[in-house]
Amino acid sequence: MDAFSKPSRRTLLKGAAALAATPVTGFPAVHAAEPVTLRYLGTAVNQSADIARKVKEDLGLTIEYIPVVTDEVTKRVVTQPNSFDLVDTEYFSLKKILPSGNLQGMDAKRIKLADKISSIFTKGEVGGRKIGDQGTAPRKVFYLEGQDSKKFAGEQTEWISLIPTVYNADTLGIRPDLIKIPVTSWKELLNPAFKGKASILNIPSIGIMDAAMVVEASGDYTYGDKGNMTKPEIDRTIKVLIEAKRAGQFRAFWQDFNESVNLMASGETVIQSMWSPAVTKVRAQGVPCTYQPLKEGYRAWASGFGIPKTLSGKKLDAAYDFINWFLSGWAGAYLNRQGYYSAVLETAQANMQPYEWAFWMEGKPAEKDILGPDGTLIEKAGATRDGGSFDARMGAVACWNAVMDENTYMVRKWNEFIAA
Amino acid sequence: MTDLALPAAETAARTAAPTVAGRPRRRTLAYLQAAPLALVFLVFLVVPLVLTGIVSLWEYNEYEIIPALTLQNYADVFDGCLSADLCTTLRTYLSTVKFVALTLAITLPLGFAIAYFLAFYIRSGTVRMGLFLLCTIPFWTSNVIRMISWIPLLGRNGLVNDTLRALGLIRAPIEGLLYSDFAVVLAFVHLDTVFMIVPIFNSLARIDRRLIEAARDCGASGAQILWTVILPLAKPGIAIGTIFVTTLVMGDFVTVGVMGGQQIASVGKVIQVQMAYLQFPAAAANAMVLLAAVLLMILGLTRMIDLRREL
Repeated sequence: MDAFSKPSRRTLLKGAAALAATPVTGFPAVHAAEPVTLRYLGTAVNQSADIARKVKEDLGLTIEYIPVVTDEVTKRVVTQPNSFDLVDTEYFSLKKILPSGNLQGMDAKRIKLADKISSIFTKGEVGGRKIGDQGTAPRKVFYLEGQDSKKFAGEQTEWISLIPTVYNADTLGIRPDLIKIPVTSWKELLNPAFKGKASILNIPSIGIMDAAMVVEASGDYTYGDKGNMTKPEIDRTIKVLIEAKRAGQFRAFWQDFNESVNLMASGETVIQSMWSPAVTKVRAQGVPCTYQPLKEGYRAWASGFGIPKTLSGKKLDAAYDFINWFLSGWAGAYLNRQGYYSAVLETAQANMQPYEWAFWMEGKPAEKDILGPDGTLIEKAGATRDGGSFDARMGAVACWNAVMDENTYMVRKWNEFIAA
Repeated sequence: MTDLALPAAETAARTAAPTVAGRPRRRTLAYLQAAPLALVFLVFLVVPLVLTGIVSLWEYNEYEIIPALTLQNYADVFDGCLSADLCTTLRTYLSTVKFVALTLAITLPLGFAIAYFLAFYIRSGTVRMGLFLLCTIPFWTSNVIRMISWIPLLGRNGLVNDTLRALGLIRAPIEGLLYSDFAVVLAFVHLDTVFMIVPIFNSLARIDRRLIEAARDCGASGAQILWTVILPLAKPGIAIGTIFVTTLVMGDFVTVGVMGGQQIASVGKVIQVQMAYLQFPAAAANAMVLLAAVLLMILGLTRMIDLRREL
């Protein structure tokens, strides 16, 4: 915490406090007069009814969610660019979306808290320390050369591709009650001790990265860039997966968040690639599940708001207002309480209780019971978050979700793995 | 379609003066009568198919399809198929065909038995219709729900394993119940048997009972009646049911995905993944190959049974 707000901690906190006190100055009256509806395209994970309700209260804006799966978001942006007013998509899909010319660069001057966005996005740093850069690290695709540019800028510019909504660091989930040996490395996913009880996700672009973490952890091979493999590297990775599959290592593959929850909660698997909220959901069912930090680090992802090129006038203003509201703290706190991280941490902190902040962001033991946004008990007092503080988790990122140059070939080889 | 339209056309022609002009007019009428259905097929079947065919010959990259002719997509589909090891496509098709064969081997006798029972053993028409409708009740829920309901039953700690363990019949849970070929075939049988029952029941219900009496009078045994009278007359129903089940299983990817734990390949899944990654031309090429494979299978079927004549 100390580290990333070092430059002007005092002023930032003051600013945050001021924002918290008057979070919505200016805009409500405007929108209340003439209601605007924003069609918000994204994955269901980020589309909370609470956020829509709160923004309706604060700004008078109506948010109409269009929930689809991750890959479908990209497809919609490329093939139906007029079917939404605001998109929440992962940074890695920018490599596909931007060349289509369907998004406009966002004017940093109209984003009030643009300077306060986490340094992970602007510089690729946590607390002044460089973090893993392999794959499509948001830093590489954050700035554009111009508003209509189809090129990413190497350095800071006035035009931003996506304004971050949430990001996180993924690792393996395990069932500590069913696993007797300590799990400290990604290579344990293919440990024969877990034969028939392991799982990996069947989303090629993400699954291949988890596999690469495993291959590298086993010491067989070190990739130039796990997020951008060469054809021989893809062949090598898929070969390892096929061997494991034929040996019966995997119980099933999962593709949907809820599938991963069911596999783990029912004991079909004891170790698998997993997403943070899925771990929370397994625990909410009273089943022990650990989001195990591993020595090789995390595979991270980030997603953010983009605006379609055709958006203009009142809707464009409304989209900027919504994004500014999103960064102003209430939504950030809401997301942080689910175990995600928000773009502007200072404003989120101002909207969280100190004990909540200490648990979620500083990795300290919970002073009181930790409740989720819907009021369900997530952790009892005394528990600590898996992986520790924000700095410890995001600082240990090894690679980012990515679209490879050899993506077509990779997908073909992945299909071969599924058919093997 | 034209056959069915003919009688009407004939009467229309007869009322008109029997001149030389009558013939073309009769033909025009027949075409007119066939036109609405033909139009629907044209717009919703032929045009999309032609488009898919065209797109399958185009080039593509991460974010756009380029209208330039290439056979690369087909080359990719069959990549490595000439080497000794089985290529992905062949392996996938073999696995899918295996499921078709297994599903048919179970749904056909099962569907026939149920339809036979309904058609010949139930005397009351009301009870028969009631039981027949009972077969369709599962359709009131989505097939995904019906499929997923197997999971708590078959899992490692599912009802079946728990019961067997409680009875002391097994010590360790049977792993192969879920996420296996067994689970996939089970789900297919559960979902698709009704598509066998309906057409076979329809065929059986239309059999003239006097034929059976005649066979019995001639001294035929029950088995002989079944084999030489009922089965040949049920052929159209069997053929239609087989076509339903074959096409359903060939094109399925949800059942294979959910019940196979995503570990078993299916052609539909390959296409879905390619669509998700915006590789439309590759997906189109795969779809064309799948279409050709299914058409070949149906062609083979119609060779065995002349559906048009039987109907």
